[in-house]
Amino acid sequence: MNAVVTAQRLPVISLQDVSFSYEGGIEALKRVSLRVAKGEKVAVVGGNGSGKTTLAKHLNGLLKPSSGKVLIGGQDSSRTSVATLARTVGYVFQNPDYQLFCTSVEEEVRFGPHSMGLGRDDESALVERSMKLMGIGHLREQSPISLSLGDRRKVAIASVLATSPEVFVLDEPTTGLDTVESAQLMATLDVLRSEGMTVVLITHEMRLVAQHMDRVIAMSEGSVAFDTEVEEAFSDSDRLRRCKLLAPPITVLAQRLRAQGALSKGAATPLQLVEQVVRVRGERR
Amino acid sequence: MRAFELTKTRVRYRGSDILALCDVSVGVDEGEIVLLLGSNNAGKSTFCRLLNGLVPHSIPAQVDGAVEVLGRDVSKTSVARLATLVGMVFQEPESQLFCMSVEEEVAFGPENIAIPRAEIISRVEWALGVVGLSGYNARPPSNLSGGEKQRLAIAAALSMRPRLLVLDEPAYALDPAGRTDLYALLRTLRERYGMTIIIAERDAEELTELCDRVILLRSGRVVADGAPSEVLSRIDEMVVAGVSPPQIAHLSALLADRFPGKTRPFFTMGGAEKEIADLVRTSGGDAP
Repeated sequence: MNAVVTAQRLPVISLQDVSFSYEGGIEALKRVSLRVAKGEKVAVVGGNGSGKTTLAKHLNGLLKPSSGKVLIGGQDSSRTSVATLARTVGYVFQNPDYQLFCTSVEEEVRFGPHSMGLGRDDESALVERSMKLMGIGHLREQSPISLSLGDRRKVAIASVLATSPEVFVLDEPTTGLDTVESAQLMATLDVLRSEGMTVVLITHEMRLVAQHMDRVIAMSEGSVAFDTEVEEAFSDSDRLRRCKLLAPPITVLAQRLRAQGALSKGAATPLQLVEQVVRVRGERR
Repeated sequence: MRAFELTKTRVRYRGSDILALCDVSVGVDEGEIVLLLGSNNAGKSTFCRLLNGLVPHSIPAQVDGAVEVLGRDVSKTSVARLATLVGMVFQEPESQLFCMSVEEEVAFGPENIAIPRAEIISRVEWALGVVGLSGYNARPPSNLSGGEKQRLAIAAALSMRPRLLVLDEPAYALDPAGRTDLYALLRTLRERYGMTIIIAERDAEELTELCDRVILLRSGRVVADGAPSEVLSRIDEMVVAGVSPPQIAHLSALLADRFPGKTRPFFTMGGAEKEIADLVRTSGGDAP
């Protein structure tokens, strides 16, 4: 990883006035401008057909803008190959089966670093570290297609992680998982974050956004409807409804309690809200 | 009348050593809205497929115990006959849409049971109206949004005029607004047509107010069956079953643990707001 201390606040991804039309003329992105800084945890949300996935595919150069400019690690995505951009941005597809093709989990995870032409030792170190972080070491001999959807997602993430990208883009990684599996997956994303990685998560699951993300970019009809800190994102229920979104119940409850002066801070989980109550009662005693 | 009755039902798919359902006894009355809650592989889809006879008539399985739907023994009733009683909507609407136009899609079921043409036309118009797709008749289903496709799949089931509607993870491909619309539609179907509705889901968060009853499944067994406020408050059982409890119910349980005897259980946002405001106001006297 080429983490330079002075680059901490520099944008690792920058979109300037980006529009994109699919063949046939449907304009899926309309003049989108945004910057993602190193270490941020950004959720991209919005209704079906709002442009989330089209936006995500611009973050790693899989799609090139029809007009405007996308800079990835300072490189213009229109003039740089997807393979080169993949060293900066790793993309995890919504359907893990689009990216899994090897006969064993270890081989799958090794494919990326191997094609980068690293030395054997560096390659193995990356493979082992990625499998360990995702908790799939015990599956190394198994065929990826024999695994559960949750485990296939972890293998897909590990294989991207092994290429040590600076930014991780995940397209709806919890779809199809039950709540235990998605909690496990989000815990592993928190590990990536603690390793200094930038995470961009595309999702419909607002409880996970409230709990794990710092910033919310809401898409609506191909444009950025709002781009705010997570707390503020869930504070305007009318705006959320216009974007076909819904705030999680605990977030709404905490906001109502704040409005009537019962609590002083927000909460993203039931446990956080209980902690708030304990604290406020302690202060008032 | 009973919409369906499962009595000590066991299902084992051909070639599998595992019981997909194990000694399930559940009776549901007509007009109920029931949430079938469980993690992946809890047996939700098997439960659904028993009700329209897909298991065992189309998917080979050993079924023991009785399965009765609207008074008929499913083992002795054809899938075609059951299709006139039980409408089925799957997780991904694409998997059941295959016609060139919205209208053909909705007409397909009634055409196959030789309903007269005039009656088919009126059923199509009615079904499209109920799901809010009037005027979409000539549109190709592939051009619809995810939420519209899901509503079309429901219209296609409704055109058979079923008395029981079974939806297997219908929220899967929908955004939050699409889910809200879907649940409003299901409520209308029950209120206006007295339809019995079974919804299989992994997550109860947005269904706490829609359902009359929740059946919690774990590894093919029914581990809880009752009113939502009762079943969804059994936090430990839900966690063991791999299902996350609805946030408000979870909060109620956590507060009761932390402040024993100081809070009453709540299940709604309004109830939570009042309890917590009281709790904060009456500070003092806590155990350290």
